[in-house]
Amino acid sequence: MSAIVQFENVGLRYGLDSETLSDVSFSLHGGGFYFLTGASGAGKTSLLKLLYLAQRPSRGVIRLFGEDVVTLPRNRLPGFRRRIGVVFQDFRLVPHLSAYDNIALPLRVAGMVEAETHASVSEMLNWVGLGDRADARPATLSGGEQQRVAIARAVIARPEILVADEPTGNVDADMARRLLTLFEALNRLGTTIVVATHDLPLIGQVEGAQMMRLDKGRLSDPTGSLRYPPRAQAAVAP
Amino acid sequence: MTGADRRAAAAARHRLLPEGRVAGPMPWVIAIMMFLTVLAAAAGLGLGTAVQSVGAELAGRVTVQIVEANADRREDYSGRAVRLLRKSPDVRTLHPVDPAVLADQIRPWLGEEAVSGDLPIPALIDVELTPGSTQAKVARLRAILATLSPSIRIEPHAAFLQPLGQLLAALGGLAAGIVLLMAVATAAIVVLAARAAHDSHRGTIDVLHLMGATDVQIARLFQRRIGLDALFGGLLGFTVALLVILLLGARLTATGSDLVGAIRLSWIGWLVLAALPLGGVLLATLAARWTVLRSLGRLL
Repeated sequence: MSAIVQFENVGLRYGLDSETLSDVSFSLHGGGFYFLTGASGAGKTSLLKLLYLAQRPSRGVIRLFGEDVVTLPRNRLPGFRRRIGVVFQDFRLVPHLSAYDNIALPLRVAGMVEAETHASVSEMLNWVGLGDRADARPATLSGGEQQRVAIARAVIARPEILVADEPTGNVDADMARRLLTLFEALNRLGTTIVVATHDLPLIGQVEGAQMMRLDKGRLSDPTGSLRYPPRAQAAVAP
Repeated sequence: MTGADRRAAAAARHRLLPEGRVAGPMPWVIAIMMFLTVLAAAAGLGLGTAVQSVGAELAGRVTVQIVEANADRREDYSGRAVRLLRKSPDVRTLHPVDPAVLADQIRPWLGEEAVSGDLPIPALIDVELTPGSTQAKVARLRAILATLSPSIRIEPHAAFLQPLGQLLAALGGLAAGIVLLMAVATAAIVVLAARAAHDSHRGTIDVLHLMGATDVQIARLFQRRIGLDALFGGLLGFTVALLVILLLGARLTATGSDLVGAIRLSWIGWLVLAALPLGGVLLATLAARWTVLRSLGRLL
């Protein structure tokens, strides 16, 4: 497996504040399952923003799919973004669109024909157990249902990387386990999964997952397994 | 992609922004702007036609005045002047003014004495010159008529119609300036509306952006919606302005004045007016596209 994400001495500073992320270096390999942990304010969301190209770093190098995205011209970023699915912490569903239209968004952005879009979205709605809620607006969905719509939207275009920010933060333990099962199924299909969470017991439930820990903006990787990960490795204990 | 597929895809794209007007009063503001623009353009075009018409008058018409107190001599000079002028290659047509008509025209100022015969009224001959330089022709005619009597004068219409022509030209220029200012103001309104729409849909735009939507894809959503608003407003403003123009046209014709009647719209003028709403839509669409692309350019 080759590295599809590489961070080298990445730093991120908002305005004149001190660095939110400092000297972050790691590699993620295609098909891997990664957890990103750390206390609130440790920089997890900031790191994910760099990963899904919502932010450029203040310094350092970020390579996605073998290309340096820090110096990439703006007009080339959409092509990279289409290869990354994102589950936002606050879901960010479009409020005036139905569950169906929210899930269909990435396919329509990519220009898929409507007949194929319909088939894919219907299949995805059933997969996340919302087949009978296709026409519902986000405001009429429960928190768990909204989360499943957000996940379905993130994975419908079969992204090469799926980034999820605290996906289990607003759901009960049973729903959290079901979400992880969804992620594992995607991972088996070859998608690289990166999940930010502070739910440590959850991490132990995914066999073969690796863990990164952020502490005050610095990544702790004492074994070096993230920079030079072995081909197969059990989840690293926190 | 089949036609049905394209329609379905277009309908899905159009749902990305909430239904309804993006910027509330914008269509109505554009309707008002279009109403004023069409009126100003119609005034400019009508005055342009009038200027051309008056210009033609200036260029080719003179009045021959036979100022002779003795009525018999005046009649004799008038007849001989008509014969001389008819022979001249510089004269296209001529028309001796009927003394009775002339008396009728001056009666309001001079009273019944004007027609009593006691008051010497000059004999007048309206002359239309052949196309070409008026000045040289007038000089030649003046020389010919001077052989009859020094009391015969030639008055080119330019002498008294030129200031009026200049006034009409100035008003036409003012109308053109107003049309340009209206276009600038309309573009500014669209820019403000597009910015407001962009800000109010920021959440949706961010999501689309992070899914890999290009700036052009996002800008198209706004330019379509603003273009539709502009089309609605433009057609409304144009229709009302059209009714006003037709009404004013009927009133102008009813005055029976040749000068006021010269203010009219040619078929090219009507085409220009009809193109204004389309131009408004194009302007609004381009302004919206430019504004949204500029705003998106500030994002990563």
